[in-house]
Amino acid sequence: MSFLPYAIAAWICLVGLYGIVTSRNLIHLAVCLTVTQSSTYLLLLSIGYVRGGGPPIFAGVALGTTAVDPVVQALTLTDIVVSVTVIALILALALDVHHTSGTIDPDEMGELSG
Amino acid sequence: MTRRARIGVFLAAGAALGALLLWAYAGLPGFGHYRGPYGFVLNRIATPERHVTNVVNATTYDIRGFDTLGEEYILFAAVVGVVLLLRGRSGHRDAGDRVHSDLVRAGGTIMVGGVALVGLWLVAFGFVTPGGGFQGGVVVAAGLLLLYLAVGYRAWSAAGDERHLDPLEAIGAGGYVVVGLVALAIGLPFLKNMLGGGDSGTIWSGGSASFVNWAAAIEVAAANLVLYSEFLKQYIVPIARRRG
Repeated sequence: MSFLPYAIAAWICLVGLYGIVTSRNLIHLAVCLTVTQSSTYLLLLSIGYVRGGGPPIFAGVALGTTAVDPVVQALTLTDIVVSVTVIALILALALDVHHTSGTIDPDEMGELSG
Repeated sequence: MTRRARIGVFLAAGAALGALLLWAYAGLPGFGHYRGPYGFVLNRIATPERHVTNVVNATTYDIRGFDTLGEEYILFAAVVGVVLLLRGRSGHRDAGDRVHSDLVRAGGTIMVGGVALVGLWLVAFGFVTPGGGFQGGVVVAAGLLLLYLAVGYRAWSAAGDERHLDPLEAIGAGGYVVVGLVALAIGLPFLKNMLGGGDSGTIWSGGSASFVNWAAAIEVAAANLVLYSEFLKQYIVPIARRRG
């Protein structure tokens, strides 16, 4: 069972990629990208987990109490915030595409020009 | 390429990628058997050395402060990109989509203050209990967005006015660097924690990293409000057109 979280991280990554490849809608595509990205959260947090460990916060908890790795938690935290703004940028690009080509289906946009 | 061919290529490539991922993950220590050493070292030294009890926040703004600076600028660049793409497209200031229920208006307005206060609390006590600049900034921005949900676009557009959000975002992004440069100016390494640790377990802990924490909070709150503002303007235009 100690491999299960990693296997799920790989599965989430691939499911998101499948969604991106088969997407018929740029907004759906952006959501699929967040699914792929969320596999990194699971992977990072799984790597840092210590069996029986508490949160790495020692307010009212004795120093030296077993706690999980704070580094991967900090990485996941910034990862989430950055992903939100990057998705906002992708949605703005989707709006722009809709404005210029009148569709948000990647298959119907035709050849790129310019 | 036809759709069927594309899915076929993906299934082959995806199977190969999945096999490689599983092979790589199989080399990691098993789940729950973290070997360290950095996490254990940080959990051991952060409280005695930096006088903070939330080690995640100490990692983000103090020990890995330089990396977080880069991440903050990814966020900044993404928001600037959104503004470049969307700003100036629409001239509508009011869509007339007011909320008519007095109960929703009154309750929502009270919630604005409450949620924003929770956000500020999360930032202020970020080095003590769970929280910090990123989380608190998002909550503050969400609290102000309630103005749109509970009152209407006109009330929101006062809070979401780019004339004061743009400078705030710049202050947040620039303030982070300024704290680093102050350390450099007095002969310390960039972003080195100054001022001593303060009193562990109180709002006065974290040293100069608490200024970095607040700079990130301002940046994240302003960035989120700018995003809400730009996307709401796009959303408001069709409503305004439909209503003439």
